[in-house]
Amino acid sequence: MVDRELTIKGRTAIAGIGETVYYKRAQAPDPEFRMCLDAILAAAEDAGLAVDDIDGFASYSNDRNEPSHIASALGLPELRFSNMVWGGGGGGGSAAVANAAAAVAAGYANYVVVFRALAQGQFGRFGQAPPLRGISGPMAYTMPYGLVSPAQMFAMRVQRFMHEYGGGQAAQKAVSMASYHHAQANPRAVMHGRPLTEEAYDGARWIVEPFRLYDCCMENDGAAAIIVTSAERAADLRHPPAHIWAAEQGSDLGQGLPVHNAPDYATSNFKTLAKHLYDTAGVGPHDIDVIQSYENFTGGVVMSLVEHGFCEPEEVDKVLTFENLTAPNGSLPINTSGGNLAECYMHGLELIIEAVRQVRGTSTSQVADVELSLVTSGPMVTPVSNLLLSASR
Amino acid sequence: MSATDAYLPAGLPAPASEALDETYWSAATDHRLMIQCCQGCGRHQWGPEWICNKCRSFDLEWVEVEPRGVIYSWERIWHPVHPALVEACPYVVVLVELPHADGVRMVGNLLGDPTEEVQIGSEVEGVFEDHPECEPPYTLVQWRRLP
Repeated sequence: MVDRELTIKGRTAIAGIGETVYYKRAQAPDPEFRMCLDAILAAAEDAGLAVDDIDGFASYSNDRNEPSHIASALGLPELRFSNMVWGGGGGGGSAAVANAAAAVAAGYANYVVVFRALAQGQFGRFGQAPPLRGISGPMAYTMPYGLVSPAQMFAMRVQRFMHEYGGGQAAQKAVSMASYHHAQANPRAVMHGRPLTEEAYDGARWIVEPFRLYDCCMENDGAAAIIVTSAERAADLRHPPAHIWAAEQGSDLGQGLPVHNAPDYATSNFKTLAKHLYDTAGVGPHDIDVIQSYENFTGGVVMSLVEHGFCEPEEVDKVLTFENLTAPNGSLPINTSGGNLAECYMHGLELIIEAVRQVRGTSTSQVADVELSLVTSGPMVTPVSNLLLSASR
Repeated sequence: MSATDAYLPAGLPAPASEALDETYWSAATDHRLMIQCCQGCGRHQWGPEWICNKCRSFDLEWVEVEPRGVIYSWERIWHPVHPALVEACPYVVVLVELPHADGVRMVGNLLGDPTEEVQIGSEVEGVFEDHPECEPPYTLVQWRRLP
């Protein structure tokens, strides 16, 4: 049972959001650190917050831009909190927000920035193997077999899911089509003006079965930032606060076991987290109005939605249809900015920003009367994380 | 089997042993499959680890297991993500479960025609693929369908 006196619910809120222009991979005109600063300043501006008031930073996925460097570059009077979530990919996205909220609730800092910056031209690509001659440790049991990239790491989980429950290809397609559909309304999206037809999806080459090209996220350059503060302080800032009702991070038993030995394999890793999230918030899946579900690969979205209680695993192809997944009329609208597939692969921080927009009522694919806005971050990795935002405290 | 008929072309990172898993790699060059087994609770465990994740004993022994199993999951890779693989696609990676060793799973390639249909649950046996040209030499455990 949740000890309600000790939960985060209603104590903090997201008060500011900021992004650079989103670019195709290696096309950013600016270096990563410069983009990181741009996004943070944009978030402060959006919040109507004096930059000097920022006093903490949280990030994830081994972001290269260190808070001490950022704080000094910005001339901040004091740095009171800096924090990194372990783990790769976007699994730490909502976790970084959770950590920022915890810091604010504990009084460690008053205005904590959560940020992510990526310049894959300046640094390496995620979708290509690093140039190595030898490999030791757990990857010595996978890399020499040509199992190297994230798509290859996760395709086998999704294949097993499809085997156990008998379906998922149609749901994967619906996820991809929904994301591209929403990107057509979003001028910030890298794939704006590049609609995806069913024929193009079906005709696209396999990357690794069961993922075709449009089941895979893009690789992009850019930066994004949000500002977390107390609910009281947020109320005095420019925009209606997106109140943090719950946020969880972690994974189920043995999900970090090497060489694909997790006892429960056909999972996105949200089974325990979803329960904690709903318990803390005191709500259930039927109360959620809109979902931003991290798409490294569409199969991960399908499993995330199942594990958050939106659909039974045997029914994914029936329930997770294009009609249901699209705003404004779908019963289960997801990834309303285009997300990692079609807006920008900003390691899912762009999904958290979109979840805030849905609460504010400013999305380019707005769902009516949003009360509860859910984010699921980084399926199939460990840790994963999730976040529930609300228009009310 | 020698590296001249290795499943994948040369050029991928070669496996290097470390203190924890030296036994596995040296046994593989002798064409024996060895994995860890806990002396505290008798359970097999994979991949290499310092502690039993069931009973938390540090007393893990390397034991030989029969290289046979069933396909637990699989994937057919069409897009090369390493220069060595550009001419190698498609190729098949399988996750093989060893029911006689507490269901541990091992990753390998499924030898044979990569375009052939792959069935979860199919029985496979291990094939030791030597790479004697490398320094130090190493051997990969691969898998092929049982007739």
